[in-house]
Amino acid sequence: MTDVVIAGIGQTEVGEHWNISLRQLAFAAIKDAVKDSGGLKPQALFVGNMLAPNLSNQAHLGALIADNAGLTGIEAITIEAAGASGGAAVRQGYLAIASGMVDVALVVGVEKFTDQVGSGIDAALATTSDSDFEAVQGMTLTAQAALLMRRYMHEYQVPADGFAGFAITAHANGAGNKFAMFQKAIKPETYIKAEMVSEPLNLYDIAPNADGAAALILTRRELLPTNFAHPLVKISGSASASDTLALHDRKDLLYFDVAQLSAGKAMKQAGIMLDQISFFEYHDMFSIYAALQLEAVGFAIKGQGWKLAAEDKISLRGKIPCATMGGLKARGFTGGATGVYQAVEAATQLRGQAGANQVAGAKYGLIQCLGGPASTAVSHVFEKIQA
Amino acid sequence: MEIPRHWRLKQQRYSLVGEVCPHCNHKIFPPRDVCPNCGDEAKELYTFSGKGEVYSYTTIYEAPSGYDANAPYTVALVKLKEGPMITAQLTDFGDQPVEIGMPVEMVTRRMRNDGDERGIIVYGYKFRPAVAA
Repeated sequence: MTDVVIAGIGQTEVGEHWNISLRQLAFAAIKDAVKDSGGLKPQALFVGNMLAPNLSNQAHLGALIADNAGLTGIEAITIEAAGASGGAAVRQGYLAIASGMVDVALVVGVEKFTDQVGSGIDAALATTSDSDFEAVQGMTLTAQAALLMRRYMHEYQVPADGFAGFAITAHANGAGNKFAMFQKAIKPETYIKAEMVSEPLNLYDIAPNADGAAALILTRRELLPTNFAHPLVKISGSASASDTLALHDRKDLLYFDVAQLSAGKAMKQAGIMLDQISFFEYHDMFSIYAALQLEAVGFAIKGQGWKLAAEDKISLRGKIPCATMGGLKARGFTGGATGVYQAVEAATQLRGQAGANQVAGAKYGLIQCLGGPASTAVSHVFEKIQA
Repeated sequence: MEIPRHWRLKQQRYSLVGEVCPHCNHKIFPPRDVCPNCGDEAKELYTFSGKGEVYSYTTIYEAPSGYDANAPYTVALVKLKEGPMITAQLTDFGDQPVEIGMPVEMVTRRMRNDGDERGIIVYGYKFRPAVAA
């Protein structure tokens, strides 16, 4: 099969962009990605977004964003899978290029949290859970993560500061990413002293909601101009899987089944084993998610994922570097843009352009984003093509 | 206003009516179209006892809109005696601390107001400490 390559990448700073609208935010990332590709002309646009109909009263983002970017005429649609929307949009772009039906695809993930403030945001996020049987109870994604974390700590006798390593690693890496919302390392005592949000989950177990947009230009390798400016990165594995929407319907609540399923399929397609992966971008919307993903993907056995963080094995020079540009915790949780940020960051690593955060000799990056507590999981393997 | 949405779930909300799979006898709550155990069609109604135990719990201090007036409140995953797990608020605990494994039972309580003071009041199940038999 022909190689689907990352021809261009772009991203905006993650943060509170009060004066920038949804469409402008998307365009900023698109402009950079198109420029980075050497001016390739997209034929199709796949928008990853989670909450615009809810937070901005704006649906129909395909036409909106294509229009604002001066791209009317092209195919343009929104892909929604809650927090996994960005990864799902990357996969749709990948499928379009791999099929041969589209030559140049533009994937943009965009989320605009700050169009609302306060309790409306939690209510909007809760619409991604089971509205009739979870959200109606006044449940939030944050409280749900706290339920998982408490049960996990109970079953596996995790100490109170057992999850501190996830935030410490994320913030240390955020310090080297100029696009990250938080660019300052934290001390272990910062975690211990942090304000409790929903016991046992504290402020540093939660990624901050933030505005942001990231974009990719995808094409087939043979369509690249001969003077293409960057080291080549291809998508060598792509998979998506869905589980029960409601957490309470899982056979085993403490195992992210479809994180395993989608990662396994993506790695199989790429033809690689776990020990060949140079870095893992997980979906640390909550630290417990990160621990459960490490276990599901196979980096740790069940109940031991937190130890990889506690024993410093996920830092840039650790056994399996994670959240290499800050992850959701320090870069910021940009909703449906998350999977596209992960893709941009992975491409940056594999091009060897990650600066102080460069993972030495990076060849394969595994990226995975989740919708809810792994009700959807989308996984991709990105690979550096040796020159 | 979301009257039809709440009205059509009244059996579940007020009486914990789920299903029992006619093919494999698996108990199901909330009702589904396909049995998660055997994959056959599920349609036979089954009323749950409302007895269960706390699988996990936490407290919400900053509630989503519509629930602000109730905060703080405790939410839990409750494992029903008949098998299924359910997401619900805990209530009537007073000063009694919640613990994993604690026996609880279903009661009907006010969940939220739908919009302003003239909106419908949504009632549904919550769980309280089990009263000794």
